[in-house]
Amino acid sequence: MATLLEQVEVDTELRPAVAGRNPWALAARRLWRNRIAMAALLLFLVIVVMCLAAPLYAHDVAHVNPFPPNLNGHTVAGGKVVPVMQRGGGVLRLGETPIGPTWDPSHYFLGADSTGRDVAALLLYGGRSSLLIGIGAAVFCSLAATVVALIAGFFGGVTDSVASRIMDIIWAFPVFLLAICIGTELLTHSNGFQFGPVHIDASSLLLPTAIIAFIYIPYVYRPMRGQVLSVVNKEFVEAATAQGAGNLRLIFSEILPNVVSTVIVLMPLMIATTILTEAALSFLGVGVQPPNVSWGTIIQDGTGLVYTRPWVTIAPGLMILLTVLSLNVLGDGVRDALDPRAKLRVEG
Amino acid sequence: MKFAHATTIAARRRARPLYKLSTGAAVAALAVTAAACGGSTQSSTSSTQGAAHKGGTFTILANSSFGVADPAQNYTLEQWQLLIDTHDGLVGFAKAGGAAGNKIVPDLATSIPVPTNGGKTYVFHIRKGIKFSNGQTLKPSDFVTTFERQFTVPGPTSFYSSIVGANKCSTKGCNLSKGVVANDSAYTLTINLTAPDPEFMDQLSLPFAFAVPASTSPKLTGNNVPPGTGPYMWKSYNPNTQAVLVRNPYFHVWNAQAQPAGYPNEIIEKYGLQVSDEVTEVLNGQANEVYDGDSIPSDQLSRLNSPKYAGQVHVNTLTADYYFALNTRRPPFNNLQARQAINYAANRTAYIKIYGGPSLAVPTCQILPPNFPSYAPYCPYTAGSSHTKWTGPDLAKAKQLVQQSHTAGMKVVVDSSNDQVGKALAEQMVSDLNSIGYKASTQLLAAGIQYPFIQNSSNSSKWNVGYSQWYQDYPAASDFLNVLLGCGTIHPNSDASPNIAAYCDQATQSKINQAEAMGATNPSGAAALWTQVDHADTNAGPWVDMFNPKQIDVLSHNVHGYSWSPQWYILIDRLWLSS
Repeated sequence: MATLLEQVEVDTELRPAVAGRNPWALAARRLWRNRIAMAALLLFLVIVVMCLAAPLYAHDVAHVNPFPPNLNGHTVAGGKVVPVMQRGGGVLRLGETPIGPTWDPSHYFLGADSTGRDVAALLLYGGRSSLLIGIGAAVFCSLAATVVALIAGFFGGVTDSVASRIMDIIWAFPVFLLAICIGTELLTHSNGFQFGPVHIDASSLLLPTAIIAFIYIPYVYRPMRGQVLSVVNKEFVEAATAQGAGNLRLIFSEILPNVVSTVIVLMPLMIATTILTEAALSFLGVGVQPPNVSWGTIIQDGTGLVYTRPWVTIAPGLMILLTVLSLNVLGDGVRDALDPRAKLRVEG
Repeated sequence: MKFAHATTIAARRRARPLYKLSTGAAVAALAVTAAACGGSTQSSTSSTQGAAHKGGTFTILANSSFGVADPAQNYTLEQWQLLIDTHDGLVGFAKAGGAAGNKIVPDLATSIPVPTNGGKTYVFHIRKGIKFSNGQTLKPSDFVTTFERQFTVPGPTSFYSSIVGANKCSTKGCNLSKGVVANDSAYTLTINLTAPDPEFMDQLSLPFAFAVPASTSPKLTGNNVPPGTGPYMWKSYNPNTQAVLVRNPYFHVWNAQAQPAGYPNEIIEKYGLQVSDEVTEVLNGQANEVYDGDSIPSDQLSRLNSPKYAGQVHVNTLTADYYFALNTRRPPFNNLQARQAINYAANRTAYIKIYGGPSLAVPTCQILPPNFPSYAPYCPYTAGSSHTKWTGPDLAKAKQLVQQSHTAGMKVVVDSSNDQVGKALAEQMVSDLNSIGYKASTQLLAAGIQYPFIQNSSNSSKWNVGYSQWYQDYPAASDFLNVLLGCGTIHPNSDASPNIAAYCDQATQSKINQAEAMGATNPSGAAALWTQVDHADTNAGPWVDMFNPKQIDVLSHNVHGYSWSPQWYILIDRLWLSS
C-alpha cells in the first residue's frame, strides 16, 4: 500500500498539465486591454515616428537645411517669392520679423524662427534630440540607480550607508541648479568632457543626457533600494543562498526579477520628467547646444516672438505637452498592468 | 589705464553707452540725426515757459536696478542718468540735446582752467553759495574727499590715477594732499597731475568726480547716495523696488548750461518688470519712459512701428561697437590672413538683421564708430571696390586667404552669451566660418560669465572667437583704440583685461603713445595719428567688427521736450509732462 506521500505524487503525475501563465504575459495582456494606455502609446509612437522622419521632411518636402541661419533667404508664400525675414513697416521700420506659418508643407509650414530657419523642420529635428535625451537619460539613470540600489540593498551595512549618503548629497541640491552648474562647467571646455579615454564633445547630445541622468539617479535609487530591502530577506532568497548561490546570482537571478517591475513602472514617468528637464535646461541655455536643436531651444528662440509669431513657441510646447501626457498615461497603464491589485480593476 | 575691477568694466560695457564728437562733420551728422528724430535739440526756454512746464511725477520703468548706489563705485548708465540730476562736478557735459551735449562747460567751477606747469596743474575757482541737499555749504575741501573716495571705495580708480599721490592710494587709505589741494578761504582747488592728460576734463565730467560732502564716509555707502548739489536729491533707493528723487530745496541755478532746474517735481524709477510689459505700460500712459538701456524684444519693435506711436518713439545712433574678438594667442587667428579672411566672410547684413534691422544698426569694419573723434570711414573687408563702406561679404577673397594661411579645416570655437541676440550672432558667425572652410562650433555662456571668461587669459585655450560690445565712456579715440587694443591693457589671468583679442603690435602702440602725448599740445596732429591707428588696427583684423548700434527711447504720449545728449542720452530732467 502506498504511503500518503507516494499517493500525492501519483495524483500529481496523473493530473493534466495546466499551462502556467507568465506574469509578464499577464501584464502585457492587462496593458493591451487598457484602451487609454494603448491610445497614449500610439500617440507616443506617432510622435517618435514623425521625429525620426525629420531628415526626410527637411530634405524631400521642405527642401531646407534647418540648422544654419537663413536671414537673407527667400521662400514662397501665397504664390509669391518673399524674404524669410521681413523688415518692420511704418516710418521707423524697426525690427525684422520672420515669416509666419504658410501652412504649405513645402514652404515654411510653421513659419521661421528669429534666424530665418524653418520651424517645422526644426520641430522634428528638435523632437529627435528631446526624445533621445529624454529616453537616454531615463535609461542611463534607471540603470545606474538600479545597480547601486541592488548593491546597497543586498550588502547593507557600510556599503548601503555610503551609497545612500552619496545619493542624499546629490538629492540635497536643487535639481536645476545642479544641472546648470554642471552644464556651465562642461560647456566652458572647448573640448567638452574629458575623463581618461572618455571624451564627449561640447555640442554632443550625450552631454545633456549624462547631466540629466546624473541628477535624477537618487529619484530612482530611493524606491529601488526600498524594494531590494523588502525582498532581500525573503524565503526564496534564503533558499537560493542555502543551495549555494553566489552573490551575483542572488542579485541578478533572485532579487532583480522581483524588483524590476518598479523600474518599468517608473520608466515612462522618468522619460516624461527628463524630457521636461531637457526642455527647461535648453530654454536656460545649458542644455542642447547649437547646431543641435531641441524643443526647449526652439521655445527659447520663440520667446521674443510670442506676440507676432506665437507658433514658434506654441508648436514645440504642444509637442512637449502631448509627449509628456502620453508617457504619463502610459506610465499609469503600466503600473496598473504590473500591480496585481489592479487585476480586479482591469479584468473585472 | 582705465580698469580696476571686472564688475565695473562689465557694467560699463553692458550698461552705459556714451559718446561725444568734435569734428565739424560729426557735429553736422548729429544735428541731422537729431532733426530726423523729431527735433530733439532743446532750444533755450524762457523762464515763463519753464515755470509752466514744472510739476508732476516722471516714472521710468527698468527691468532691473543699477546695483550699489555709491557714485564712487557705480558705473552704469542707469544711475548716471539720475546722478547728473542730483550731483555736480567741477565741470560737466552741457545738458543739451544734439551736438551741444558734447561740450564741456564749467559747473561747480566758475570756469574751465587752462593747465599750467606743462599741462600738469589745474587751478579751479569754486562757486560760492552752493549748498548740498543736506544744507551744508559746498567748500573746495569737499573735492579732496570726493577724489580720495575714488580710491578707498572699490571702483574704477584708474580714471584718476594720474593725480599726484594716487599711486599710493588703496582701499585701505588715501592721501591726496599733494595732488588735490583745497584752499577754503580763497575758494580754489588745485589738481596736480603726474603727467599731462588731454582727457582729464572728460574724466572730471564723469559722475565719479561729482562732489560729495567732506563728511562722507571713505568707505562704500551702499545704497545710501551721499548728498549732492543738483536740482534733485535721493529720497530713497531700494534695488528691489524703486528709486525716488525729489527736489533739492537748497538748489538754485548757477549755470543753466551745466545744471538747469528740472521740470518734473519727482522722478521715480521702478524695477522688476519684463521689458515687454514696460513698453505696454508706457504706451498705455501708466508710466512715462522705458529705461533706454533695456533691450526691447523684436515683438515689441513691430508694435512700435505703428503710426500711432510715431511721436513717442525716438531712435538715436550710438558710438558703440558690436564685435567678435579674434583670439590672437592661438591658431588659426594668430595668423593675419586667417583674421582677414573671416573679416571678408562676415555677413554683416545678417548680423544687423539679428539685432533688429537696418533701422537699429549700421554695418562697420573699423574700430572707431562714426561721429567720433578721429573717425574716417574705412572698410577694406567688403565686396566691390569701395574702401569706405561695407556692401557685402567677399567669400572668394576670404577662401583664398584661408588657403594661403594654411588654416583650412581647423576647429574654431565661437564663444558668446546665451541670450537671444548673442546666441543668434554666434550661430551666424559659425555659419560664416564654416562657409570658408573652418569647423566651427558655439560655446554659449550666461552673459555674466561670458564677458569675464573671454577676458581672462587662463581661458584663452578654450575659445577662438569671442562676442563682445563696447560703448564709449567719453569722446576720445583712446577709449576704443588704447583701451580695447593697446598692449598695456592685456592683463594676464585677470577677469578685467579688456583687450580680449590680446592683440599687441608695438609699431601701432608707439603711435598710440605718440598720439596721447600730442593730445594736449597738438590736438589736430593727435587726431590724425588716432585715425592712422584706427586704420592700422582694422587692417590687422583683431576683431570682426559687425555694426554700430542705435538706441530706442519709448515715451508716454504726455511727455514733451525730448532731448537726447550724445553723452548722457535721454535728459530726464528736461522732459515735462502734460496733464
